[in-house]
Amino acid sequence: MNPDDSLIPRTPVGDWAESGIDWLTQNASGLFDLISTMFNFLVGNLTYGLTALEPLVMIVILALIAWIVRSWKLALGTALTFLLVLSMEQWVHMMETMALVLVATVIAVLIAVPVGILAARNRVVSSIVRPGMDFMQTMPAFVYLIPAVTFFSIGVVPGMVATIIFALPPGVRMTELGIRQVDGETVEAGEAFGASPWQILRGIQLPLAVPTIMAGVNQVIMLSLSMGVIAGMIGAPGLGKEVVAAISSLDLALGVEAGLGVVILAVYLDRLTAALGDRGSYTGSLLAAIQRARARRLTPTT
Amino acid sequence: MPPVITAEGLYKVFGRRPARGVEALRTGRTREQLREDGLTAAVIDASFSVDPGEMFVVMGLSGSGKSTLIRMVNGLLPATAGTLDIGGKDLNSMSTAEVRDVRRKRISMVFQHFALLPHRTVGENAAFGLEISGLNRSEREAKASEALQMVGLKGWEGYRPSALSGGMQQRVGLARALAAGTDILLMDEAFSALDPLIRRDMQDQLIDLQQRLEKTVVFITHDLNEAMRIGDRIAMMRDGRIVQVGTSEEILNEPANDYVAKFIQDVDRSRVLTASAIMEHPPAVLGAAQGPRTAHKLLRETQNPWLVVLNRDHTPAGVIWENDIADAVQSGRDDLPLTAAHGVHIVQHDTPIADLFAPAAQHLNPLVVVDDDGKFEGVIPRVTLLTAAGAVADSSPASPPSPDAPTESGFGHGAQTGFRDTADHEGNENR
Repeated sequence: MNPDDSLIPRTPVGDWAESGIDWLTQNASGLFDLISTMFNFLVGNLTYGLTALEPLVMIVILALIAWIVRSWKLALGTALTFLLVLSMEQWVHMMETMALVLVATVIAVLIAVPVGILAARNRVVSSIVRPGMDFMQTMPAFVYLIPAVTFFSIGVVPGMVATIIFALPPGVRMTELGIRQVDGETVEAGEAFGASPWQILRGIQLPLAVPTIMAGVNQVIMLSLSMGVIAGMIGAPGLGKEVVAAISSLDLALGVEAGLGVVILAVYLDRLTAALGDRGSYTGSLLAAIQRARARRLTPTT
Repeated sequence: MPPVITAEGLYKVFGRRPARGVEALRTGRTREQLREDGLTAAVIDASFSVDPGEMFVVMGLSGSGKSTLIRMVNGLLPATAGTLDIGGKDLNSMSTAEVRDVRRKRISMVFQHFALLPHRTVGENAAFGLEISGLNRSEREAKASEALQMVGLKGWEGYRPSALSGGMQQRVGLARALAAGTDILLMDEAFSALDPLIRRDMQDQLIDLQQRLEKTVVFITHDLNEAMRIGDRIAMMRDGRIVQVGTSEEILNEPANDYVAKFIQDVDRSRVLTASAIMEHPPAVLGAAQGPRTAHKLLRETQNPWLVVLNRDHTPAGVIWENDIADAVQSGRDDLPLTAAHGVHIVQHDTPIADLFAPAAQHLNPLVVVDDDGKFEGVIPRVTLLTAAGAVADSSPASPPSPDAPTESGFGHGAQTGFRDTADHEGNENR
């Protein structure tokens, strides 16, 4: 209570938000059911896919991906650390978290990139989106869990919704930034040769913004991961649930093992997406080797 | 032929409600007064026309509005007021789609910092304009390769622009503009970012390509020497206005105002002015078939120590001096004493004055100037060259180097009579 509440009346912002949420729960339940079904389907299938194969085979595949995109060193590190996770018996939980993070990231990027493009092209959109993003990023992550549970009850879906909201802002911001910082003369060149706005976006702005957008995607993944763990509090499966269980029973051993699993997954996803955004720097990757071979074939031998 | 580009009273004002600024400018308000209202007048009342196949150079310092002007020609910046005709149609009244069509088919552009797409290969960059127009892959690759070959980059199709030097990157920019197959080329300080030697190379190549392909070029530069070197005509811009349009000689010899005069002070005139600007028409010339006696008579009449001898097709045969002729007359010879010792140095009419000094120093004879077909045009005696050099060094535009006024009529009479009269009367000239 304010000491001078006689002067400034209490503004029940929280109550308003709550009644708004209530109204949505009652009137938009169809939409929430649809979202719920869709997310359950996506995460369920991906988790199934990731855990269907023998863990050892899966580790080889994931290490191979690391080699293709970045380097044999990351592949080796991946294999060793993932083996550790397997021997800590956190493998399934890590795959569950990975499924949640990947689906949340894909959906967040699918929303963030178009919004970022709109914001980059239109000053009005930008000035509306920007404070919205600030709000989403600074609101304590736990707060999202409350309406998420009201809408979707407990489980993986509210966890994912909260994750997406929390992870969205860097994707939007970096897309907007990436497109805005494309050299003006290059865009002008597109216009000068008679390119339509769509041709300029597709042929010039987006390709040149890719490194920045990928840095944004990298951030989205990292935020998804941290939020995915928090989502364990409302019953989202995976390493987060293990961490929450460890907290409630003060089980340090389980906490360390689950926490280590999160760290290992985070490092893997981070290094992988960083390499995707900056392909030129990783000449040791299989992708680069393939490109070099193709370039050699195409270059005339004069 | 009608002009390809005609600009009438073009204005470009930046800021809120720019039309207001145009009205103010028309009623005599200055650029500075407009700035107080938060308006920037970039181009003010610009009118010019560019003929087909012409190299039109817009020259001005930074902030003079030249970059804005060139962007108005292809509609990147729409004019605030005025008309801009491209092939008989006003660009400012066209729809967006029509403007886009003009850019695809008629006007292409080369940029100061190349503006290549780093994620595409050189070949794909050169084919960019054609790709935009929706040409299929094989055709556009063929045309792009052709354009790359024209600029001397054959075989570089598969490389990324980042693997190329600055000069080569700008060649790709040029190839991209050429491949588009447009008849108008806009070049925005295209060579300014290149180092001087490469810039010269590119200028030569541009002149060559332009003459070969008959492109109409609008070239923006802040470098007056570059403007003088490549421009058929030059528009001088200052503070958003075009202060003078003319050939480099016109601008050098008759600067429109003090600003232009001050500007051209530093120009190396000896590189801009050519042999034909300072050559003289000799009072008389001799036909190669004529004898020493005619030569003797002509020399006496003209008070000149030497004579230019021409073949029947007006190509120079040599220069002969009075003492040789005197010897020939005394020894009773019938043919002219044209020996190798009296060989003549022939220069083209468009040779810059700077390149005349070396041959002039080696030969006692006056330099003989010929036109593109090798036919005689005039002579440059050493004294004339030195006088011109003095005027060049003096570089005061009020005293143009050696006009050809006094000898104009002399050539008409002297040369013709030299051929006709002397041939008729040769028999009577015995003394």
